[in-house]
Amino acid sequence: MELSVSLYRYNPEQDKFPYMKNYKVKKPKKDIMVLDLLNMLKEDDVTISYRRSCREGVCGSDGMNINGKNGLACITPLSEVLRGNKLELRPLPGLPVIRDLIVDMTQFYEQYEKIKPFLQSDSKPPEQERLQSPKDRDKLDGLYECILCACCSTSCPSFWWNPDKFVGPAALLQAYRFLADTRDTKKQERLEELGDPFSVYRCHGIMNCVSVCPKGLNPNKAIGEIKSMLLTGTKEDKIKVVGLE
Amino acid sequence: MNKVINIAAKNNIKEFDALIVGGGGSGMRTSLELAKSGLNTAVISKVFPTRSHTVSAQGGITCAIQSADPNDDWRWHMYDTVKGSDYIGDQDAIEYMCSEGPKAVYELEHMGLPFSRFENGRIYQRPFGGQSKDFGKGGQAARTCAAADRTGHALLHTLYQNNVKEGTNFLNEWFAVDLVKNSKNEITGVIAFSIESGEVCYLKAQATVLATGGAGRIYASTTNALINTGDGLGMTLRAGFPAQDMEMWQFHPTGIHGAGSLVTEGCRGEGGYLVNADGERFMERYAPNAKDLAGRDVVARSMVMEILEGRGCGPEKDHVFLKLDHLGADVLNSKLPGICELSKTFAHVDPIKEPIPVVPTCHYMMGGTPTNIHGQAFSRNDEKDFMVSGLFSVGEAACVSVHGANRLGGNSLLDLVVFGRAAGKHINEELKSGGGVDKASNEDIELAMSRLNTLNESESGYEVADVKKQLQTCMQSYFGVFRRGEFMEKGVKELKEIREKSENLYLKDKSIAFNTNRVEALELQNLLEVAEATAISAMMRDESRGAHARDDFPERDDENWLCHSLYDPVEKKLGKRDVNFVPKEVEAFPPKMRSY
Repeated sequence: MELSVSLYRYNPEQDKFPYMKNYKVKKPKKDIMVLDLLNMLKEDDVTISYRRSCREGVCGSDGMNINGKNGLACITPLSEVLRGNKLELRPLPGLPVIRDLIVDMTQFYEQYEKIKPFLQSDSKPPEQERLQSPKDRDKLDGLYECILCACCSTSCPSFWWNPDKFVGPAALLQAYRFLADTRDTKKQERLEELGDPFSVYRCHGIMNCVSVCPKGLNPNKAIGEIKSMLLTGTKEDKIKVVGLE
Repeated sequence: MNKVINIAAKNNIKEFDALIVGGGGSGMRTSLELAKSGLNTAVISKVFPTRSHTVSAQGGITCAIQSADPNDDWRWHMYDTVKGSDYIGDQDAIEYMCSEGPKAVYELEHMGLPFSRFENGRIYQRPFGGQSKDFGKGGQAARTCAAADRTGHALLHTLYQNNVKEGTNFLNEWFAVDLVKNSKNEITGVIAFSIESGEVCYLKAQATVLATGGAGRIYASTTNALINTGDGLGMTLRAGFPAQDMEMWQFHPTGIHGAGSLVTEGCRGEGGYLVNADGERFMERYAPNAKDLAGRDVVARSMVMEILEGRGCGPEKDHVFLKLDHLGADVLNSKLPGICELSKTFAHVDPIKEPIPVVPTCHYMMGGTPTNIHGQAFSRNDEKDFMVSGLFSVGEAACVSVHGANRLGGNSLLDLVVFGRAAGKHINEELKSGGGVDKASNEDIELAMSRLNTLNESESGYEVADVKKQLQTCMQSYFGVFRRGEFMEKGVKELKEIREKSENLYLKDKSIAFNTNRVEALELQNLLEVAEATAISAMMRDESRGAHARDDFPERDDENWLCHSLYDPVEKKLGKRDVNFVPKEVEAFPPKMRSY
């Protein structure tokens, strides 16, 4: 049986416009990953370009649009995505394309840096580690595991519209990762920087981020938490209501 | 079109105080130290830093922080590491790593690393292989600090985040081609190009730090990322500098059968164990005391013996099972969530219900560029070490050597933070006290450009993918868990032919923007250098020690081989270098029979 693979191709030195190119491949006997298939295609056509590194879903290099849905090529088995033996691979939507399946992720990384993705504390660190109860540490589960693959932000219509002003689900998940960390003491400052009409409030709960996250994370829930902190503050920190003065 | 990329790099120079090649754990720990010191520091990485292979480390970072056991002692950790190394780890370096370790780990916590916790709020520690209390006399220790089973991910992201905080310069998706070496044999930087734009540059620096990680991709089956191609070692070997202990490759006992993905030793630390086709817990026979938590080399060999003797699992009898279901869903979901995910994806089993099919898989390069504890690279002349000015190496790329012939689980993450930090501190002091290197001439720069130019001008030759497959098959067939002289000779001969081909590659795609064909060709040439160093070193060391197990020389030979091997890439010969037995504070641990 044959697979028909339609691949988004664009080389800025040769192509005025991107185009879809069709490849016919013999359907492999066992179920392989989309990345394995791309590697097979590349052996025959070395010009096919995509990013890849860990090939096990932890580095976040090979996010792409697979038959209409964002995902990681290395942990997406063909059996899950093939439709009538057809496969269409496109770059992550909404970001400028550098070549083929490779997008320019500058805007995505800028939003990540904007939320100050590092622990900030007013207190001098002790000689040993800072203590944290398992219960407080549990609050970081579902947040710290993000691999920055950009599948979520590039599936988000709000991010497509305002990639410069809306922080986007990936970076907001990280914003909440630090808001939720009992060791971080800059909650007030962090919230103040998110209180404008765009940074957080452009999220309209479309939930594409949740449905595509290859790590099973829930940015939408984290955004909800941030919104509620913005509105009511947190009891322990007595955070004033930001953006509603 | 290739004219653009051939613009002489001598006209396009970026200058830094310190240049770190590689954006994984060791490179970013070095850069963090340097960025804080105010030196003009840049990290060049062929992938965005959080895509580096450190991200795949799972089980943890081993360090005597006295959390699980308030009486734990870094000296016990040192003893375990020396024993694990089969006595060719340098004891001054191991002492430094184990005693400085706690500081380095606490710093990571202060930076925000989300360690798992005990009820008292301290960092969670789990048992790992080869760990003991009281110098091997007090039973199993629990010394590996963990963030669930995603410690590498948590560590790498934390380091990247703190580099963002300190304003480190990153040249992301840049590829380093070769070292620039001046007439005084000093390293003055690298030739590199932006993968995205094709811009070629001479990146000039007073200190060049190779933090390029391992090269597991010399084997067909490996837990390593596709990017682990030994780019730093390729550069040093081409520049004529030696590599140490290159025969020492760790095969991790538990790679997922067929896929190669790593299943952490932490699974066995949490109480999982290996079984053969008869359902027997066979490690009890091979290592009566430590059982499944013996050294990795011991466990990997035992598994291969079981398979060779017909007790392998599955229709091909070519793997064994890692049993975890008895631990229960709660432990698995809280302590090993990543493993549950990986098993479902790559082995199609849910470890809560079924065992995971596993097989020993190439995992870690114990050898590398020889350095001292400050990361300064050594070379050798007339049996004497001399320092290579301007050149440093840290992490898996380096051989400092704390792992000797076999690394203990959890020691790689400790290695990279301790020695990344140490190298950063040293470079800061050296450069601020007026150290540095002379200029390179235009000819020196041109010479470092030649590999790239040859490739760009190629009009015919061999296909990258074909040659890479031959190389990987050769290494897998002749230099695996068990080795034998006659087969290795065959392998060395094959590698000669493969070298011929790798020097005559055809770069089919000559385009500029994000040309992965070009990157893969350059990577293949690096793999070849590492493979050849491995093969010749393995063939020449005629004894069995640690991970280097020879059928034809099954015994350890301390009389002739209680030493490092030092591979000379110019003569393609193997020399010997003394192991350090002079730690500063404790008495040296003398070689003993190694049993678990």
